[in-house]
Amino acid sequence: MAAADKVDPIHQFQIHPIVPIHIGGYDLSFTNSALFMVVTIAVASAFLYMSTASRSLIPGRLQSVSEMAYEFVGNMLRDAAGKQGMQFFPLVFSLFMFVLVANLIGLFPYFFTITSHIIVTFTLAALVIGTVIVYGFAKHGLGFLKLFVPHGVPGYLMPLVVAIEVISFVSRPVSLSVRLFANMLAGHITLKVFSGFVVTLSAFGAVGIAGSVLPLAMAVALTALELLVAFLQAYVFAVLTCMYLNDALHPSH
Amino acid sequence: MADKNRPDGTGETGRGRQPEATIRDDELERRRRELEASLASRRTDRLEGKDDAKAATGYGQALKLSSEFIAGVVVGVGLGWIIDRLAGTAPFGLIVGLLLGFGAGVLNVLRSSGQVAQFGQGGKPRDPKE
Repeated sequence: MAAADKVDPIHQFQIHPIVPIHIGGYDLSFTNSALFMVVTIAVASAFLYMSTASRSLIPGRLQSVSEMAYEFVGNMLRDAAGKQGMQFFPLVFSLFMFVLVANLIGLFPYFFTITSHIIVTFTLAALVIGTVIVYGFAKHGLGFLKLFVPHGVPGYLMPLVVAIEVISFVSRPVSLSVRLFANMLAGHITLKVFSGFVVTLSAFGAVGIAGSVLPLAMAVALTALELLVAFLQAYVFAVLTCMYLNDALHPSH
Repeated sequence: MADKNRPDGTGETGRGRQPEATIRDDELERRRRELEASLASRRTDRLEGKDDAKAATGYGQALKLSSEFIAGVVVGVGLGWIIDRLAGTAPFGLIVGLLLGFGAGVLNVLRSSGQVAQFGQGGKPRDPKE
């Protein structure tokens, strides 16, 4: 088991049930993935609650961190979707915090990274695109379909162009989720592989131990890079969410 | 035009540039729209640019563009396959879906690299200039 762990960089992504629950033939077990989702939400909520509890006019360190997060997401949303977009602030902020905290928690050794599973990221992306579609049709009715009709396209090309635009629109949640999941998965596999080199090399006596310094340095550097990626992917996810919401607000741009 | 809904520095810049009172209202309006259109295109540039600057590694760029392309093809094939299943048009839905998905993938890549206007904006920036 321990030996298998070292050579198998995929092992860390395995889902295993903690509390098995089976209802009506469905496996609804409480898994390690679910556990870390709960942990993510608990950490994010606790951090925001405690850091804003004092509500001082001149923010302390923690309070200014959460104020920065608020301003960051608020400006992002206002830039991309205008003032009307601010009605979606709770959604975008929750998504941003969830993805960010999940990515950061995943960086701890032995912790599970929930965003490295495409079903989780796809669910988040489907939530976004579902919001866009529902809100778009509710607000503009059939006018929302103007999104798929670019201006200045000759009539005989219209069916082709509209078909491509529709596919392009449907592919957005897919690419949104694939990007987040692929970044996290690839990063964690790379980290695991380089750490595995350290263990394997150090088994070859003194020369091996001397040589294992190189992959160790690489692993340290990669950890820093992963920290950047964790922030960046949460940011990208939130920015793209804002841009898609902008389409729902202003379809005939 | 949805640009009216964007509260930002546009109004200020526009007013600052035109101190003469002799300019007619529609002229002002035209100029304001022109400025907003160019600002809007620049703003998306900046958004994408920020993204690029932070993901300065070619690796991030590669993941981004390939995910866009793959998503287009996958969704095209998926939709074609579903149409096949529902309508019983055995291989043709898949074939047409694959080709359209390929087109959509290329469109996605061009859009995310800023070569083509964003969704629903096609040709619009050209309008106010005439």
